[in-house]
Amino acid sequence: MNEKTVITARDLKKYYTVKEGMFFKTSATLKALDGASFTITAGKTFSVVGESGCGKSTLARLITMIERPTSGDFEVDGINAVTSGLHAMKALREKVQIVFQDPYGSLNPRKKVGSILEEPLKINTDLTKVQRREKSLAMMEKVGLSPEHYARYPHMFSGGQRQRIAVARALMLNPALVVADEPVSALDVSVQAQALNLLMDLQDEMNLAYLFISHDLSVVRLISDEVMVMYLGRPVEQGEKNTIFDNPLHPYTMALLAATPHVDKNARKDRIRLSGEIPSPLNPPPGCTFHQRCAHMTDICKESAPELRLVADRMVSCHHAEKFC
Amino acid sequence: MSETTAITQGNAAPPHPLKEFWKYFSENKGAVIGLYFIIFAIIVAVFANILAPYSPFEQYRDAILQPPIWMHGGSSKFFLGTDDVGRDILSRLIYGSRLSLFVGVIVVTISLAAGMILGVTSGYLGGYYEVIVMRAMDIILALPSLLLALAIVAILGPSLKNAIIAIAIVVLPHYVRLTRASVMAEKSKDYVTASKVCGSGPFRMMFAVLLPNCMAPLIVQATLGFSNAILDAAALGFLGMGAQPPTPEWGAMLANALQFIQRAWWVVTFPGLAILLTVLAFNLAGDGLRDALDPKMKR
Repeated sequence: MNEKTVITARDLKKYYTVKEGMFFKTSATLKALDGASFTITAGKTFSVVGESGCGKSTLARLITMIERPTSGDFEVDGINAVTSGLHAMKALREKVQIVFQDPYGSLNPRKKVGSILEEPLKINTDLTKVQRREKSLAMMEKVGLSPEHYARYPHMFSGGQRQRIAVARALMLNPALVVADEPVSALDVSVQAQALNLLMDLQDEMNLAYLFISHDLSVVRLISDEVMVMYLGRPVEQGEKNTIFDNPLHPYTMALLAATPHVDKNARKDRIRLSGEIPSPLNPPPGCTFHQRCAHMTDICKESAPELRLVADRMVSCHHAEKFC
Repeated sequence: MSETTAITQGNAAPPHPLKEFWKYFSENKGAVIGLYFIIFAIIVAVFANILAPYSPFEQYRDAILQPPIWMHGGSSKFFLGTDDVGRDILSRLIYGSRLSLFVGVIVVTISLAAGMILGVTSGYLGGYYEVIVMRAMDIILALPSLLLALAIVAILGPSLKNAIIAIAIVVLPHYVRLTRASVMAEKSKDYVTASKVCGSGPFRMMFAVLLPNCMAPLIVQATLGFSNAILDAAALGFLGMGAQPPTPEWGAMLANALQFIQRAWWVVTFPGLAILLTVLAFNLAGDGLRDALDPKMKR
């Protein structure tokens, strides 16, 4: 398989300005994403994990060019997506597509499946009507829909089938990278496996790179090659899947992994209970953002924020990472 | 739309949308009666020259203020009697339906089209453009509608055409607000973002993606607005600012006959009844339409 780099992101940041108060408005900066760097090669899956509000979906919105980053940049197929002009952006749009979490909201209820699938072609290519129809029928077959579904409306489908339509739409333009924003978490567990298998089959067939966003660690373990764990807008641990799952070095990753349910009694780890709530990203704690909930906290954690550094084959941002090796 | 159809997906072909619509619409008896009356009114308006026994302008000087056929002194010549200059009231009502429906159609078309464009653009683009458009609509809403219509007609000069323009301006804010509200609700949905990721431009987003999903409340508002337009046109006609005599417009007919209300009730009653029934029919049908199109009312 070809080892071409599809996307390189460098220190991506997204800050929002929020107004607070009813009458005397003060503005505060919300650091939704505070420095994420990664590369994904063709045919590989890069997973982003973390609890709600940690910046996973913000990352998805930046990579799909729905929003522009506050600072940092990323390259898709060697073209810089932040600094290049409108014309190059249009070409890049075709290369990055997205599959959303909620298959009920992501399909236009007034359009038939056929015209939903053909919309990307209509905008970006000059294929004729017949060619577009052929292409979308071929894609429907690929994702396991039958030709008679072509003229139906989205509300006639089940959640799993809708997600197949959403996947088909994302693949219509032959993208290099598909951002999957929790693509299976809205589906029944029985359907989740089908959807994941479909995604993996398509990855092999079309040599796709996935940016897979999830909070379900068992799903992530199944499909990823690399994992990035995020907490409060920052990556806390990042590396090969097995390195991280077998021997996590950040206390937050440890807590996440310990919280994954297991059927096998012996595989269960001792629960690590995190005390307290996730802090507000409007007012993050000083020093290490995780120190208030961390069992291994020492004085240095309160004072200085740990940098991401290389420890035992992965990037981790913890002052005490060596202790856990 | 409903969860039940999602479960039966696959083999069973779903009912045609129009068939499904009719099923829900026909549950409301009032709406069906309203719809029948509207169809009746349209037929009367279209075939007015065949149905009307006389010309609406012809004056029969030997039969001034003749009562309807079933009253003492009525004749079979004039079914609903005659007015103060001897014109056949039935013929005038039949021709008047043309004007009323015409007013409704034109007012709704103008205000719906302008309202949709202003609403979609202001909801989608936002910023200063939205502020300007919405404050302008608030100003129109802040004035009593009939007073504003009167003022506009007074500036443009009294005629049916100017009355139509005035009414269209007065009802415009309802369409703008309604469209903007639905656009803002739809804008945050994932399918809109997906379309953006595919590269849709703003024009396509507004009119091909967002607008079709905002139509249901607009259709209902348009139906109800139809009756409002007829009523407002009649009110302007009554005040002498709409259709000018001898045009057989229902509101103007009421106004001209006001002085005979003691002596000859039929001159006033029949145009009034015609307005009442038409407005009622449109309101009932609009109500049924709202219920039929609202997914929350479906079982």
